[in-house]
Amino acid sequence: MKNRRQFLKESSALGAASFLAPSIYAGTAAGASELEVGVLFSLSGGLAMIEKSLSDATLMAIEEINAAGGVNGMMIKPILEDGASDPKTYNEKASKLVIRDRVPTVFGSYTSASRKAVLPVFEKRNNMYFYPTYYEGYECSKNVVYTGAVPNQQLSNFIPWIFKNLNKKKFFIVGSNYVYPREMAKVCKILIEQNGGETVGDEYLELGHSEWGAMVSKIKNSGCDVVLSNVVGGSVISFYREWKNQGMTHDKLPICASVTSELEVAAMGAEFAVGSYASFPYFQAINTDANNSFVERYRKFVNDPNAPTHHALESSYFQVYLWKQAVEKAGEATPDAIREGIKGQVFDAPNGRVTVDPDNLHTYLTPRICQYKDDGQGTIVDEYSEPLQPLPYSAYGETANDMYCKESGLDTSKL
Amino acid sequence: MSNILFIGLSLSSILLLIALGLSITYGAMGVINMAHGELVMIGAYTAVLSGLYLNLNLFLALPLAFLVSAGVGLAVERVIIRRLYGRIIDTLLATWGVAILLQQLIRLEFGLSFFNIHVDGLGPGFQSFPIPAFLSENFDIFGFTVQPYRSFIIVLTIALTFLTWFLMYRTSLGTQVRAIMRNPQMAAACGIDVNRISAWTFAYGSGLAGVAGVLLAGFKAVIPDMGESVVVDGFLVVVVGGVGSLFGTLLSAAVLGQINGVFAILTNDIVARAIVFGVVIFLILLRPNGLFGFKSR
Repeated sequence: MKNRRQFLKESSALGAASFLAPSIYAGTAAGASELEVGVLFSLSGGLAMIEKSLSDATLMAIEEINAAGGVNGMMIKPILEDGASDPKTYNEKASKLVIRDRVPTVFGSYTSASRKAVLPVFEKRNNMYFYPTYYEGYECSKNVVYTGAVPNQQLSNFIPWIFKNLNKKKFFIVGSNYVYPREMAKVCKILIEQNGGETVGDEYLELGHSEWGAMVSKIKNSGCDVVLSNVVGGSVISFYREWKNQGMTHDKLPICASVTSELEVAAMGAEFAVGSYASFPYFQAINTDANNSFVERYRKFVNDPNAPTHHALESSYFQVYLWKQAVEKAGEATPDAIREGIKGQVFDAPNGRVTVDPDNLHTYLTPRICQYKDDGQGTIVDEYSEPLQPLPYSAYGETANDMYCKESGLDTSKL
Repeated sequence: MSNILFIGLSLSSILLLIALGLSITYGAMGVINMAHGELVMIGAYTAVLSGLYLNLNLFLALPLAFLVSAGVGLAVERVIIRRLYGRIIDTLLATWGVAILLQQLIRLEFGLSFFNIHVDGLGPGFQSFPIPAFLSENFDIFGFTVQPYRSFIIVLTIALTFLTWFLMYRTSLGTQVRAIMRNPQMAAACGIDVNRISAWTFAYGSGLAGVAGVLLAGFKAVIPDMGESVVVDGFLVVVVGGVGSLFGTLLSAAVLGQINGVFAILTNDIVARAIVFGVVIFLILLRPNGLFGFKSR
């Protein structure tokens, strides 16, 4: 009896030990030449069109890094999973990557919905997630590195610029009805007020809504002199087309957009976007050697001579390099080491220099404004000389001197 | 005021455009065709692809899309639906399956992407369909701004409705279809080839969906799942109008479109849509067979 109990005790201790052991991460455990990472984007479903390009950009960065000798002498081996445009599938695939494949990092997600769905997996298992898309902010996780823009990086340059250069003061804010456009609108209103302007309308349409007749007519009769659009996806196309349909032109009443990238412009037909403005840290039109070479390499990689590049795609690319530098700095590929290593990491991306903020793990990016031309590309009409600090809580009064999301965690007393 | 009415009218015309095909396949044939939206999508893709490869403009794309969608509809009818006549719930499930199948075929470029062949204009991305310049330039008549593309849709929809009415009520084919609608066994007993007529009718309804797809491509993003939202609107109109009644479909499209338009201007689009659904529920409670429905089968 005693023996048996002893045996049980020992074996369960052993079991527990071997269960706890997975801090030996797959790649490093092999001690050899491979380091596995997860790549989790939707390769099927409604969002596949955009997310496939993000997945490709990630794989391209991995291939380039491997060709140049890998990370600490190890080749990166991507484990590709399909989120299928469904947050629940995202959660399952993230669990699979973290628990079964034991990767130390996953690159993934386009929508906030899918990020929110995988967040508990990464927080509970203390793993790292790299998120490349511009989003609404209001998040402070120690397990996510955010390399896309947050509202202050798309708007704090845009609104004052509209006042100063377009001389417009009456804003009509329009967006799709979900969290991103609504948070963007909050930041817009703060900035419009600071600059002494006026918001004459703030309206939302269902995600994917394609019948814009009534809304455009309403905007027309609202007395506004500029439209700020946070409309996303297929709706963007219907919106701009209806705009022209009702005889509106961007030189009289311009649409200034936070989500209309080269992708949407190509889809609606460039003639509908001519003269409108957009604000992103990255545009395909950035005319530097670094970006031209990036666009060329990407097109070659996906074997499509006309493939457009856009902000989230570029972030998907450079975040792999930031991760590589973090692993090299830390000397080992464990989530904790990567988190420490990524803080303050600097990289020269196609859009310019990017730096990971050591406090909130968001990324310093250079805000830019472009005006679309008749070839579907933008002319960059304004850009900051330096990257701007990311402030994920700017809608709630966060400023550079008063950060809410610190290394120690989120200061909820300020919200 | 005239502008508000115009918006309502153009909303009505699009509802009618979608419902017209359904009023044939669902109304006349009792098939809950969940793949109707996908036939619309195929029409839109036909327009995009014929523009890319054959350099066809909007006007030439219309008949082509009609033929392509009608062909797909005919194939679906021959292979699947004709085995399911009279089993209305089964048609719902089967055509829903067909809808998913068609959608994924386009998304996967007919499976060609497995062999690394890429077809421009297919795949999961947004597609662009240009509309002729003269249909996108507005002009003023007596202070009223005419929107040529919207007006074109309205005119074409009216023409198609008239054509459908003519086919259904003034030709021998139409008489046979209406006979089948009321009582297929009796119609067969009178010497009508129920099988053949049903196939042609279904193909015609599908073709109308294809035409709707081309016109929708002019102001809507062309993507593989563009048909999903469309099919709900179509059923609303047909059910409210009364199954099998062309005039009912016309009237209910006009009413629902105007309600939507007016409330979208007065409040916003989201509230307007809620009101439309409310009106639909109320009308169905009041008249379970729709505005002009008759008891059949």
